[in-house]
Amino acid sequence: MIKFKLNGLEVQVEEGTTLLEAAHFYGFPVPTLCYHEGLSNWGGCRLCIVELKQGNQSRIVSSCTYLAQNDLNVFTNSEKVVKIRKTIIETMLATVPTSKIVQDLASKYGVHRVRVAVENKDCLLCGLCTRMCIEQMDGKAIGLVGRGDSLKITTAFDKRSDTCRLCGGCIYICPACQIRCIGPNIEKDGPICNACANLEPPCLDQFENMMCYMDPCVACEIGTEKPVKSKL
Amino acid sequence: MGSKRTTIYVCMGTSCDARKSRRLQEAFSRALKDKGLHDEIDVSATSCLGYCDEGPNILIEPENLMYHNLNEEDVPFFIEEHFIKGNRLENYILAPGNGELKIPDMTDINFFKHQRLVVLRNRGRLEPDSIDEYIAMDGYAALSKVLEEYTPESIIVEIIDSGLRGRGGAGFPTGRKWQICRNAPGNEKYIVCNADEGDPGAFMDRSILESDPHAVIEGMIIGARAIGANQGFVYIRDEYPLAVQRIKKAIQQAEDYGLLGDHILGSDFSFTLKIVRGAGAFVCGEETALLASIEGKVGRPRQRPPFPVIKGLWRKPTNINNVETWANVPHIIRNGAKWFSNIGTAKSKGTKIFSLVGKVTNTGLVEVPMGITLREVIFDIGAGIPGDKKFKAVQIGGPSGGCLPDKMLDIPIDYDQLVQAGAMMGSGGLIVMDETTCMVDLAKYFTKFLYEESCGKCWSCREGLRRMLEILTKITEGKAKEEDLDTLRDLAEMTKYASMCGLGQTAANPVLSTLKYFEKEYILHVRYKRCPAKVCKALINFYVIPERCTGCMRCVAACPTGAITGPRSEPHNIDQSKCIKCRACYEICKFNAIEDVIVDAIVIK
Ligand SMILES: Cc1cc2nc3c(=O)[nH]c(=O)nc-3n(C[C@H](O)[C@H](O)[C@H](O)COP(=O)(O)O)c2cc1C
Ligand code: SF4
Ligand code: SF4
Ligand code: FES
Repeated sequence: MIKFKLNGLEVQVEEGTTLLEAAHFYGFPVPTLCYHEGLSNWGGCRLCIVELKQGNQSRIVSSCTYLAQNDLNVFTNSEKVVKIRKTIIETMLATVPTSKIVQDLASKYGVHRVRVAVENKDCLLCGLCTRMCIEQMDGKAIGLVGRGDSLKITTAFDKRSDTCRLCGGCIYICPACQIRCIGPNIEKDGPICNACANLEPPCLDQFENMMCYMDPCVACEIGTEKPVKSKL
Repeated sequence: MGSKRTTIYVCMGTSCDARKSRRLQEAFSRALKDKGLHDEIDVSATSCLGYCDEGPNILIEPENLMYHNLNEEDVPFFIEEHFIKGNRLENYILAPGNGELKIPDMTDINFFKHQRLVVLRNRGRLEPDSIDEYIAMDGYAALSKVLEEYTPESIIVEIIDSGLRGRGGAGFPTGRKWQICRNAPGNEKYIVCNADEGDPGAFMDRSILESDPHAVIEGMIIGARAIGANQGFVYIRDEYPLAVQRIKKAIQQAEDYGLLGDHILGSDFSFTLKIVRGAGAFVCGEETALLASIEGKVGRPRQRPPFPVIKGLWRKPTNINNVETWANVPHIIRNGAKWFSNIGTAKSKGTKIFSLVGKVTNTGLVEVPMGITLREVIFDIGAGIPGDKKFKAVQIGGPSGGCLPDKMLDIPIDYDQLVQAGAMMGSGGLIVMDETTCMVDLAKYFTKFLYEESCGKCWSCREGLRRMLEILTKITEGKAKEEDLDTLRDLAEMTKYASMCGLGQTAANPVLSTLKYFEKEYILHVRYKRCPAKVCKALINFYVIPERCTGCMRCVAACPTGAITGPRSEPHNIDQSKCIKCRACYEICKFNAIEDVIVDAIVIK
């Protein structure tokens, strides 16, 4: 058994457990995006970062890839972590504002501004689809190719794949195409929706036809944000 | 070292090679034959002599004389004068940097005087392709000493006591790394030499491999013995054909001499060495990416721990060291840990090789003792800034190093002090900049390089760099607001702290260090839309200062768009609508009569 401190609490887990699994097991929420229980750990989105403190030294690591070790002193929500997480969400929102998952993260973690140029991309390069394809669907149809500016998800040689069976696994798992956020009119209002978060419960009275995917509903859970009149 | 009375060593380093030193060598051989001197005087190729600025260079031994700037056609005359008449040709002799009398000995030249050669001690003094010459210079003496007198544990103790730290970047204590690897569970272990050297402008490791490949091999055999590894790899970038060829040949020779292979020098120890060629991605220099690349996978870093010393190549304990680190090992064994630890500062021992480039009079490869100040390297060895320009900053540590201003030049070169100052040792790049460099533009350049070289896995690294680049571009175009500087800081913080590997964790250094030391320059760009170095085209407006203009018409001729008009001997005028801000007039004016008047008037507290 590995023994360490998690947010000040003495905890123990089995060897080989990641810090993320440990945090979830002990009930500390840690946001994730590129993580999925059924897939290998990738460590790309960096949302799951936690701070390791040792004396006056500190280090930030992604909890989904970091294995628990004896005598660690882990903080899942330190000031530094929270601030950096917000910057990550802010840049994600600017890049893929139509992702409902990213919009929900923005609501949940209080991201109300976007200071970089708003784009309308449709991929976060989180690698969920490629891992889904290879690890669960035995497909090997798509992969991450290139680096830096030219990094992209594509099929071998950019040609129609022979091995793709059109199973749709990649689309099912994609945080950008899975569920679209229909909230903001990006050109007009900017990339932040926060609509779900700003609904005053009971929200279904107002939006009979809308299916709320929010889980948990931020409006119900925190309800601290000032209500903004929805433009819908 | 030939057996003859004198040897002429012709430099075959990449820079001299490009200046046709190979033809020079042939010319020497021919001319000596013509004059019947070929039995007395030997001509030999050697590796980089370090003074690349003045190539092609030759070194005459045993006189220890260095000549430079020689042409093929000069050779017959040169031999006649130097060897037959005994005249020293002053025009070709490298002068000491103080402008005094030309004193013809290499150790008097400022460029060499302040250096301390340990790793490069054989540079220019032996034929790199010859194992016999290496052995004649005490080569492989350390190996036989180790096999006869040392246990693996006592080798490690010796290296720990020497205080040697990794020369590839982070400066991890080498002896401790070996110890962890030795103690890691598992019978099969590997060692790797990291010769990826992807930093633009750096050529330390290449030069070592080209000039003294056997020193690296000897260091690796000793390391393998200490760690208990029987297989080693040299991971070398494919863009270094000469180095690849030299190390290949050296391995072959060592095998022929029984220094590699089974039962080395009759002992029970066996070790083989293989070369792996890298495709030349900067990120493949990161150790976990490098290992993935050796295994034939995509060169992408992975989470550490587990560290390679515990789980490396094929999940076996693997010890990775940089070329220069390995090359230090034989010297430590031969001369003792104490000798080594006497050089340097409290926590950084030995020497370090830097490639000194940029706006500095003497460029080239320098090996200096740790603890020397940056000022000594730039102003004594490098002889300062050429022209009448002022020093502005030095970028140390490769693309993700930091930019340090004049007031930081007196800090000693030492791993920890550099990190404290916001830079790092890196693998030893030193780029000197003068007042014509715009620090925002510079930060933009390195950020762009790092963005393109990021493996792209981490959001914080890939997108952090991309967004920083976006803001830096806005600043250089005069479109940024002051709030953007805060955003830039937040993005830099995200990149630095949230990224997985060393590339992302250091990638914000160019931005952070320029923001720290040159904030005024950012503010000038953002608030006043001016670029004091007159580099950012969108932010400069050149005007003629009538009081200074003599009407010489030089600028009129230099302007490619005909934007400058004015009769001779009367102040000229620049038509702003035609000016493309190419700086031609600004550079050519002898009277400083062309200026960006507004920028000179701004004072920031
Ligand atoms: C992006 C990146 C690039 C690197 N490039 C090199 C390199 O070109 N050569 C090198 O020796 N080490 C390089 N390193 C450092 C290696 O990861 C590793 O620390 C080093 O090879 C260990 O050897 P040492 O202990 O002898 O320094 C790089 C690290 C990073 C993060
Ligand atoms: S397509 Fe979707 S799942 Fe695949 S990498 Fe992009 S965002 Fe992730
Ligand atoms: S920090 Fe950058 S280079 Fe390193 S693993 Fe992450 S994305 Fe790749
Ligand atoms: S969930 Fe850990 S990095 Fe994405």
